[in-house]
Amino acid sequence: MDTLDQLVHQAAADFAAAADSAQLEQAKARYLGKSGSLTERLKGLGKLDPEARKSAGAEINRAKEAIEGALEARRVALREAALLAQLAAEALDVTLPGRGNAGGGLHPTSRTLERIEKLFRSIGFVVADGPEIETDWHNFTALNTPENHPARSMHDTFYLEGHDDVLLRTHTSPVQIRSMLAHVARHAELETMPEIRVICPGRVYRVDSDATHSPMFHQVEGLWVGENVSFADLKGVIADFLRKFFETDDLQVRFRPSFFPFTEPSAEIDVAFMSGALKGRWLEIAGCGMVHPNVLRFGGIDPERYTGFAFGMGPDRLTMLRYGVNDLRLFFDGDLRFLSQFR
Amino acid sequence: MQFSENWLRSLVNPPIDSEALGHLLTMAGLEVEEADAVAPPFTAVVVARIVDTEKHPNADKLKVCKVDAGQGELLQIVCGAPNAAAGMLVPCAVVGAVLPGEFTIKAAKLRGVESFGMLCSARELGLSEDHGGLLELPADFVVGQDIRSALALDDIRYTIKLTPNRADCLSLAGIAREVAALTGEALALPAIEPVAATIPARRAIVLDAPQACPRYCGRVISGVDARAPTPEWMKQRLQHSGVRAISALVDITNYVMLELGQPLHAFDNARLSGAIHVRYPRAGETVLLLNEQTVTPAADTLLIADESRALALAGIMGGEDSGITLDTAEVFLESAFFAPAAIAGRARSYGFSSDASHRFERGVDFALARLAIERATALILQVCGGQAGAVEEAVSPQHLPVRAEVRLRPARVRRLLGIDIDDEAIAALLSRIHLVVRREGDELRVTPPSARFDIEIEEDLVEEIARLYGYDNIPAVPPQGALQMLDASESGRSAWDVRHLVAARDYQEVVNYAFVDEAWERDFCANPDAIRLANPIASQMSVMRSSLIPGLAANVVTNRNRQQERVRVFEIGRCFERKADGEPVTGFHQPLRLAALAAGPVHGEQWGVPARNVDFYDVKGDLEALFAPAQLSFETLSHPALHPGRAATVLFQGRRIGILGELHPVWVQRYDLGPAPVVFEVDLEAALSSTLPVYREISRLPAVVRDLALVVGQEVSAARVSEVLQAAAPAIVRSIALFDVYHGKGIEAEKKSLAFRVLMQDTQRTLEDAEVDRAVDALVRNAETTLGARLRG
Repeated sequence: MDTLDQLVHQAAADFAAAADSAQLEQAKARYLGKSGSLTERLKGLGKLDPEARKSAGAEINRAKEAIEGALEARRVALREAALLAQLAAEALDVTLPGRGNAGGGLHPTSRTLERIEKLFRSIGFVVADGPEIETDWHNFTALNTPENHPARSMHDTFYLEGHDDVLLRTHTSPVQIRSMLAHVARHAELETMPEIRVICPGRVYRVDSDATHSPMFHQVEGLWVGENVSFADLKGVIADFLRKFFETDDLQVRFRPSFFPFTEPSAEIDVAFMSGALKGRWLEIAGCGMVHPNVLRFGGIDPERYTGFAFGMGPDRLTMLRYGVNDLRLFFDGDLRFLSQFR
Repeated sequence: MQFSENWLRSLVNPPIDSEALGHLLTMAGLEVEEADAVAPPFTAVVVARIVDTEKHPNADKLKVCKVDAGQGELLQIVCGAPNAAAGMLVPCAVVGAVLPGEFTIKAAKLRGVESFGMLCSARELGLSEDHGGLLELPADFVVGQDIRSALALDDIRYTIKLTPNRADCLSLAGIAREVAALTGEALALPAIEPVAATIPARRAIVLDAPQACPRYCGRVISGVDARAPTPEWMKQRLQHSGVRAISALVDITNYVMLELGQPLHAFDNARLSGAIHVRYPRAGETVLLLNEQTVTPAADTLLIADESRALALAGIMGGEDSGITLDTAEVFLESAFFAPAAIAGRARSYGFSSDASHRFERGVDFALARLAIERATALILQVCGGQAGAVEEAVSPQHLPVRAEVRLRPARVRRLLGIDIDDEAIAALLSRIHLVVRREGDELRVTPPSARFDIEIEEDLVEEIARLYGYDNIPAVPPQGALQMLDASESGRSAWDVRHLVAARDYQEVVNYAFVDEAWERDFCANPDAIRLANPIASQMSVMRSSLIPGLAANVVTNRNRQQERVRVFEIGRCFERKADGEPVTGFHQPLRLAALAAGPVHGEQWGVPARNVDFYDVKGDLEALFAPAQLSFETLSHPALHPGRAATVLFQGRRIGILGELHPVWVQRYDLGPAPVVFEVDLEAALSSTLPVYREISRLPAVVRDLALVVGQEVSAARVSEVLQAAAPAIVRSIALFDVYHGKGIEAEKKSLAFRVLMQDTQRTLEDAEVDRAVDALVRNAETTLGARLRG
């Protein structure tokens, strides 16, 4: 007859040999089942005298605990193995692309306009909007450009068939006039008019088309009118804007005397980068000046009491400089291979 | 305006180099656009005389020349130019010369004959494209002189872009005056003495329109030789200022115009009859112009006429049959002042411009006419010979421009410019540009000279002060203002928010032209009364769009032509419609709209989703997501752009805000749009509204869910069924959601089954079964009686 130790040893070996839980349960039955060898031993205890039964019983119980321990250990091992096998079977190719679409994007000029708005909002400018079919009065006359003024030949204007007094606006400056008139009306009852700080982004039209001119393009007009607004302030705002917009102090900004009917003194604003592909070249970027007293008057504002500056810049050009685009026509061509580069 | 640097420096010569001079002008508001050397660099080319030529022994087209290049002995040079002839003066590149293109001249043997240098054409020296033969030099040139100094080739041609207010700088004298003011350097304008009359010849002048022409000087010069050569120095100055030399009389009038700014005109006196009249046209008059264009002058175009006919468009262009020719022996010279308002825009209306009209419409110094005619007379007599009659001057003093005193408050200068400058410094700056300044109390009184047409108000002076003070010297200061927070409404969103939302649904923003092809506007918008441009740049850009959809459809074509089948684009832009009471511009409605289009595969190249093309419900989902959590509703729609069975009106808060649908198969085919694109277009204003969230208590009690499948006729819309169910729903019904649409096996052909999930819940108590059953019964019964629906078995 086997000793109990042999039995425990045998059981552990059988359990280890069980390849799955069914085999393990069969092996368990051979030892711990109704007619299992250990169960048989327990049944045999009754034949022994009380002294011997007590010590034999204790030994058998120790053996039983050992077998049960081995059984449980094998169960855990099998469960773990099964889980590992399952996980291995479930493995994915994690390099396959995710499902769904990447998303579209904004037009490059929109990116620029949104940044311009953000920058100017941060110093208290609000955004104003105006019509694109505009009256001759708002586009020219109120901007100190009467009929036959030589400056009108600077704009090649689109006119509408059958209408003498309306046109496609040639600049966003008419929004200045609309903004001033609305502002004055809104604050008519106040002793001192609150400052006007407004930018007017939008599309404008001129009869012109080549690699650097489009018959439709964007402009942003800016206007600040108050009791003490000076040319020095204009220089401060523009220089600050350009450095923030291009995210560099590595930039020279110069103001050069120029002429616009609606500002006086007037200036062209040039920038020169101190590094990069355009290093050292002066690039014309905007026009600006102190609002002409006639324009303030047309806007309902007393030029003796209030002064202001205005500027107008081409966000398409700023976009071209910022991203290194060399052909303006790409902006209006709708080619997704181009546009999707600005997501 | 182009001018020669050497010419300018003959009038004012500041001790600065060419680059600094250019920068000085630019920073004074005379923007230098180009500064081109008149000749490329080359060395050791001298004036040489061809002493003798012989035929080359071994080549028919070559000549062997003996050349005197001033080196003592004659040089033997082989030359292929057809015009090489003994006696000629030509440029000669001697051995060791370096020509443009780094081309070094060496002694060489050409077809067996030794050659010690090269005789040059204008093109070989980079002076012009002329390669017809050797450049023939004037007979009075000195042999051996360096050609660069002989032809004054070390010169720069500046091109400046003058703003319309600076007519005073449309001349060398004007620019010189400016440079003198900016640098403090002395100005040396040519001294102009009156030319005394030596013959009695004269021609009367009548100012019929003195407002338009308040001053006219004329003079007869007899016995001129119109074929006399223009002096080399004058030719050079003209050519280096961008003006072609033509003939002595023409060159002299051009020279004086460039020098002083006064346009002149020379008539052939023999072709005139009677007095000169400056008048407006008579009915039916025509003028054949120097540019060979025949015009019928408009009523407001001023003419120069004699007693028999109209001769010229005053201040614009002379006439072909009264102008000078090479045979002219007697000249009638005109030097006049025409008011800017009388000239402005006229040349443009005939489709051309001229140097004269360019100047007159901006303003020519009205005190200059007599000085200029004296200058031109002296030059004509010097170059062409002849004898001058007296200057006939007709003037209407009360019609001449007035140079009124302008009030200037130094305090305002300081306030406007933000600089600290004292009164004396201001007065000194203004005096430098020949403004007359006097003090009156705290203020200054300033009178501009006759050459300046742009100084009428205080700001005009502030501009001059800023310019002379230097824009660079004005500080850039961070401005100060009253701080006030900007509005940031939560019940609205910005167009930027909308753009980002649409882009996040995989659409790319585009910017399309607001003018479109009329055919597209007709096909897609059925717009017979499109807003038409009077002057479109191209026929396919001739009408203003009334919808963004045609532009997006055109984007499909563009991209399909470039192998891009999957197109998802959107635009926010204005559309244009006629509307009698439109705001803010009467007659037009100009709403901002948002439109999107999707065409081709619903996903980009994908392994994980079955491939299919985008359909109506994909785009509808995008549109609904844009407005969520607000609910849109939809009604069937008939629209020219859209498939009649796949088109909907979009309603938001009961208002029609736009359309949604698949493009009409007819257009899809005609314009080759590929798989049918689906589009929507809505008013941007609606898309910008958003609502402030309102909190509702969350029920802690269990919800009861019942599913109902209702069979209804195919023609009954899902929205209608939902509406009928909602109408009968008691308060405990929290939501009714459509979750399945079925037609096919088990359902009659003309019917469909719609399955709804009804969620019921109360915040206060648990629902009883009977109550739930009653609610469901009510829903079903209403659907049965209203729509003839039945519960699907």
